[in-house]
Amino acid sequence: MKMLGLSKKDTTFLLIVIALTLLTPILLQPFPASSTLAQFNAGYPDLMQRFAIFGIFAIGFNILFGLTGYLSFGHAAFLGVGSYSVVWMYKLLGYNVVPGLILAIIVSALFALLIGFVSLRRSGIYFSILTLAFAQMCYNLAYSVLTPLTNGETGLQVYTNDAQVLMGENSPTSPHFFGIVMNESATWNVGGWQFVFNNGYYFTAIIAILVFYLSLRIFRSPFGLMLRAIKTNQTRLNYTGINTRPYTLAAFVISGMYAGLAGGLMASMDPLAGAERMQWTASGEVVLMVILGGAGTLMGPILGAGFIKYFENIFSKINDQVLHGWFAFLPDGLENFLIGVSHFFVGKSWHLTLGLLFMLVVIFLPGGLVEGGQRIANAFRKRKSGGDDAETEAQPSAAE
Amino acid sequence: MDAIILQILNGLDKGSAYALIALGLTLIFGTLGVVNFAHGALFMIGAFVAVTLQRILSLSYEQIDPEKTDFLGNPLKVQVPYVDSWFGADVGAWLIDWSVPIAIVMAIPVMLLVGFIMERGLIKHFYKRPHADQILVTFGLAIVLQELVKYFFGANPIQTGAPDAFAGSMDFGSLLGFPPNSIMYPYWRLVYFLFAAIVIGGVFAFLQFTTFGMVVRAGMADRETVGLLGINIDKRFTLMFGLAAAVAGVAGVMYTPILAPNYHMGMDFLVLSFVVVVVGGMGSLPGAVAAGFLLGILQSFASMNEIKSLIPGIDQVIIYLVAIIILLTRPRGLMGRAGVMEE
Repeated sequence: MKMLGLSKKDTTFLLIVIALTLLTPILLQPFPASSTLAQFNAGYPDLMQRFAIFGIFAIGFNILFGLTGYLSFGHAAFLGVGSYSVVWMYKLLGYNVVPGLILAIIVSALFALLIGFVSLRRSGIYFSILTLAFAQMCYNLAYSVLTPLTNGETGLQVYTNDAQVLMGENSPTSPHFFGIVMNESATWNVGGWQFVFNNGYYFTAIIAILVFYLSLRIFRSPFGLMLRAIKTNQTRLNYTGINTRPYTLAAFVISGMYAGLAGGLMASMDPLAGAERMQWTASGEVVLMVILGGAGTLMGPILGAGFIKYFENIFSKINDQVLHGWFAFLPDGLENFLIGVSHFFVGKSWHLTLGLLFMLVVIFLPGGLVEGGQRIANAFRKRKSGGDDAETEAQPSAAE
Repeated sequence: MDAIILQILNGLDKGSAYALIALGLTLIFGTLGVVNFAHGALFMIGAFVAVTLQRILSLSYEQIDPEKTDFLGNPLKVQVPYVDSWFGADVGAWLIDWSVPIAIVMAIPVMLLVGFIMERGLIKHFYKRPHADQILVTFGLAIVLQELVKYFFGANPIQTGAPDAFAGSMDFGSLLGFPPNSIMYPYWRLVYFLFAAIVIGGVFAFLQFTTFGMVVRAGMADRETVGLLGINIDKRFTLMFGLAAAVAGVAGVMYTPILAPNYHMGMDFLVLSFVVVVVGGMGSLPGAVAAGFLLGILQSFASMNEIKSLIPGIDQVIIYLVAIIILLTRPRGLMGRAGVMEE
């Protein structure tokens, strides 16, 4: 079974991804609404939209970092630019998201072209610092001089006296896609379960599938091979007479467009844009996602984005009451001790968990979750085939 | 003219902080070849050492004061710091007042310890890994340290005052023959600049005039040869990491009266200090110091109203603009050695 220019394996892979994405509202809602475990459900629109949006962001970042090895610390700038573009289109034309998203992609591509053209003259840590410098410049400017464009600290939003020339009599008054309103959902109650099918989620999810397909094609194309060659040994490529700059620049612009699209989608779900989206910690976050999932792999960025956003949501919700519920079976002293320890990691301190996890992944599992999964799978496979060396090989990864 | 002098003075204290952090960063890079994104966190930890010491000194117990009564005529309970009752009221008050400078004494061993633990426990394993990995793991560490501080001290800035003796401002203008009150400069900022100058001078003297420093400089120039001569260069480099951590720490301690410490101050300073290091030249100590002061002063000039009205927004971006221009025209930085990290 081959389709869309993909090999058989990739087609299956893509179909699985499509199925998982479309069934997300059901899959992420494994516990009945009334059960105590319902807090681990993730099937509500806001969170699912973030999965898809940050998935797109991470997929794009992976095309640059995963394939070429250039570590950009400034991708949040494109995210912000995308958001601002979309909100400006709301203000000028109306709440249809399509013109905004197109503008977001174009504007972020222009920004990426400019920043990439300058930054890619250097590599390694200098590239990281140049991109960081550009992103911080954008952030600072958005807060200060560009206030007429960005509305400064308040954030850009739509006011009633905005032009909105394409707004008809019956047009929805919130972001929509040709009449399909983003924040409307259909709810389906089965037994104790409640499944929410949100228009916004499906809109972002379908876009996410499209851009995932695109990245799959890039990975398998000669262009993707060239990018990987740059990561492996750029000097050798230069000596064979290949000018690598156009390739890296193309990768940079593509990943910038992905980021712009993600930023635009954020504003499509919630018609707001603020400068804090451009801060360098936001750039750090996407780096975390890609590394955690596995840089240079297809599935890694999506896994990483989902993982971080899920645990961000769940961990920050856990409070004393929940902890008491969990540890109630223990003797009082031990219970309080465990709750005290857990305080470091849950609730508002969830970033601590994230930082630790990130360090552990970089130290022990540079390939991220995907590599971890592969190691486990390999260990099992070897054990089945009965080799004794499987034990010795599996051990270090378990001990680490 | 007085406006220009004022801007130079204003740039000095920020420049001092940049220079001190950048000095440590570039020292670590020059010796260990490690890009340390957690260096800003060390600066922040130093600042919170000062906060902690002030809290410890201010620990107090309740005592009934027989001479005072509240408005109902009952004996009044007053808070008496332990230090007051141990050393007498005068010495106790003095200790609390001078807690920030005293914190330096506490910060140096604490920061050395933190530095050693960090180097032996984590950084050591990253010598051979690519720079990207070093950046990432120290970035993770910075998040962890920052969140730990946030957990214990809360998210809000904590005001930590300078000793009363340095509370006012100095009329710098009248010294130079300008009319009085034309150039006012807070005493503490002057203290900070002098302090930074002493620390920087101390580090340079240590590297220049001691045998230990000579070995370290030799190691920076050619690690392998020094190793072949039978010198345990790794041990010395670890000590240098501790020294860099201590420099960042005391820089943070002394900065608390200028900027109320909060948990993300490290990150804020880190980005700028990195830019400073790159402008000065990776691994160049004089470059880091010169670029620190240069960028601090440039930044305060750019925030003059005359210049801001000429080029709007320049005060926000000047440092980054300088960094971009330097990186594109002279990638080794102002004073970097040719061939070091120049790709």
